[in-house]
Amino acid sequence: MSAIKEMVMAKAITAALRDELAADQKTLLIGEDIGALGGVFRVTEGLQAEFGTHRVIDSPLAESGIVGTCIGMAMRGYRPVAEIQFDGFVFPAFNQITTQLAKMHNRTDGNIKVPVTIRLPYGGHIGSIEHHSESPEALFAHTAGLRILAPSNPQDAYWMTRQAIVSDDPVIILEPKRRYWLKGKVDLENPAPDAFRAQVLRAGTDATIATYGPLVPVALAAAEAARAENRSIEVVDIRSISPLDDETIARSAAKTQRLIVAHEAPTFGGIGGEIAARVAERAHHRLLSPVLRVGGFHMPYPPSAQEHRYLPDIDRMLEAVDRSFSYQRSA
Amino acid sequence: MAVLTCRAAISGATGEDHTVQPQEVQPVQLLTPDGKLAENEVYGPFIAELSAEKLRELYRYMAMERRLDAEATSLQRQGQLALWAPALGQEAAQVGTIAAIKSSDMVFPTYREHAMALYRGISPEELLTMFRATRHTGWDPRDHNFHVYTLVLAAQTLHAAGWAMGINQDLRMGSVPRDRAEDEIVVACIGDGATSQGDVHESMVFASSYELPLLYFIQNNHWAISVPTRTQSRGPLVNRAQGYGFEGVRVDGNDVLASYAVATKLSDEIRAGKGPKLIESVTYRMGAHTTADDPTKYRSSEEVELWEGRDPIRRYRSWLSSADHADESFFAEVDAEYKDLAADMRRSVLAMEPIDLERVFDTVYSEPHRQVETEKAWLKDYEAGFAEDQTEAGTAR
Repeated sequence: MSAIKEMVMAKAITAALRDELAADQKTLLIGEDIGALGGVFRVTEGLQAEFGTHRVIDSPLAESGIVGTCIGMAMRGYRPVAEIQFDGFVFPAFNQITTQLAKMHNRTDGNIKVPVTIRLPYGGHIGSIEHHSESPEALFAHTAGLRILAPSNPQDAYWMTRQAIVSDDPVIILEPKRRYWLKGKVDLENPAPDAFRAQVLRAGTDATIATYGPLVPVALAAAEAARAENRSIEVVDIRSISPLDDETIARSAAKTQRLIVAHEAPTFGGIGGEIAARVAERAHHRLLSPVLRVGGFHMPYPPSAQEHRYLPDIDRMLEAVDRSFSYQRSA
Repeated sequence: MAVLTCRAAISGATGEDHTVQPQEVQPVQLLTPDGKLAENEVYGPFIAELSAEKLRELYRYMAMERRLDAEATSLQRQGQLALWAPALGQEAAQVGTIAAIKSSDMVFPTYREHAMALYRGISPEELLTMFRATRHTGWDPRDHNFHVYTLVLAAQTLHAAGWAMGINQDLRMGSVPRDRAEDEIVVACIGDGATSQGDVHESMVFASSYELPLLYFIQNNHWAISVPTRTQSRGPLVNRAQGYGFEGVRVDGNDVLASYAVATKLSDEIRAGKGPKLIESVTYRMGAHTTADDPTKYRSSEEVELWEGRDPIRRYRSWLSSADHADESFFAEVDAEYKDLAADMRRSVLAMEPIDLERVFDTVYSEPHRQVETEKAWLKDYEAGFAEDQTEAGTAR
């Protein structure tokens, strides 16, 4: 029997949750509408019927309460997995995540572990109304004590979810909403590479595009389009935002000598700037042009009728590639 | 002044008051301010059960907290503590309540539950560690079933609710840990100011919906730094419990016997599976909010004097003597013992070593993290550079 199955990302996450619920009695799911409804994205569909109302728990409508009680349950030895319904609704829980969850292990001198996983459907391009399309990863990446994962395909989504749940640290998984229905092969027996390392998805020689989550397919398409212009683009899937595998990204940038970092989140104060600085520190003498960023603008996420102009797409990535080639290195 | 401002805000533009008059609630009191034990059919029997030894123990912990408090305040004044938050005046509320629950019941304190911490066996030195800022905490919560102090107000009320969800889950799964009891409960402490925090609301919603074995212990000490309780609530805080669908009891927090009796009754009921309960313990913060505070700017000396007249320790001591549960030699012995405790505490505080920054690096995560490891290694190299410089300088000389 083959353990390789084709499934969409949402169902790969469902499978990961099911397998962890089955593997460990202490694993619990909690969130809004995750029971009978199966969550607004149906990621937990069927799990309450399978594991019971006390292991797949419909919570009151209170995000701070969800994360805060997860901390208490984790202190008592449980492995709670919280679903926050949408990126824009994580902020009522911001205090619990940043001042409590992130710091508990540190402030108790390592005595108390809080293995809480927070599933956070995030990102835009779904044509929704406000607060439903945001990318808050930089706000969390700035907080020591949290791990942040951003899968871009079903295989990673399955294995990263499982690794997040078994990790003794708190982990936020950014689930790219617009890729929930992206199909891909999932090898249920052989784990994906270490969740906390980046991965070169496409080899190239002329420039690197590094990105994560929803923009990975866009970067791959941009690389394909660039081939028509005889440009060979390497694509790095960053995968983990904290820790950040700057080694793999810098190695690729040193090889191709040009780096473009892309994310949906605004570039100002974002992950792209952090990567640019780190790559400059490691490989500036190898770079033929500055690290360029492609991302959202310094504005609240716009009404989705205008999101096509806000979100990085293939053309915006290729424009950055062109710009990278336009720099002349002075002697 | 703050009361007037608040009323004006409620009355709005028309100047008419459309609000419902809050219902006053008389706190449960067993010991009168002049130290007489009143008859009480409901709560009296809980006191009648107490041995003279237990009664004296309550006094011991109240006196210990007061001595520690005075010493900590002077240590802060001498620059030996970064900050101190006195619990002066709240000894009866705290000791009465913690003495009523089992040592296996988890307590989630704020940052002022010093008497409760001492009762749980946390040493003065461990208690003062955070305030000396040598470490974020001086004790392992698992050793005392007493969580670390939480400074972000009310965040711990949700952790308490989560812990209680874990208790219920253990029972359902038939997997109650060996060091736990089937009838375990949790205590969530908050002050009157923190009751305004949204997390308290969310905690009470979870507690009520999931029928959690959780006791909310509100110490209403009348002041949230400089703001009176009236700004947090028009009516007695105890009335809030009703809105969530559970019982609340208001108790005279300067009466250790009433505090003990009320907490015993409510915790027995929670253990019997009756869901969450709430205590509003009416007491008074006789000292400053912290050593950085100046209470003379916002409250009158008449008010402070009024509450000094209700001193919980004096009241209890007077009853212990008159009821022949303790004699003068007992009080003299306690005084001598705590004089030693203060001296020991001072010595141990001065000797406290700060945590190594390496240890702080090592506990950010429980599993390796690339950025933390890189920065830790960098700092080591950087600091080693200074050591080499010093060696070279020494050789040159």
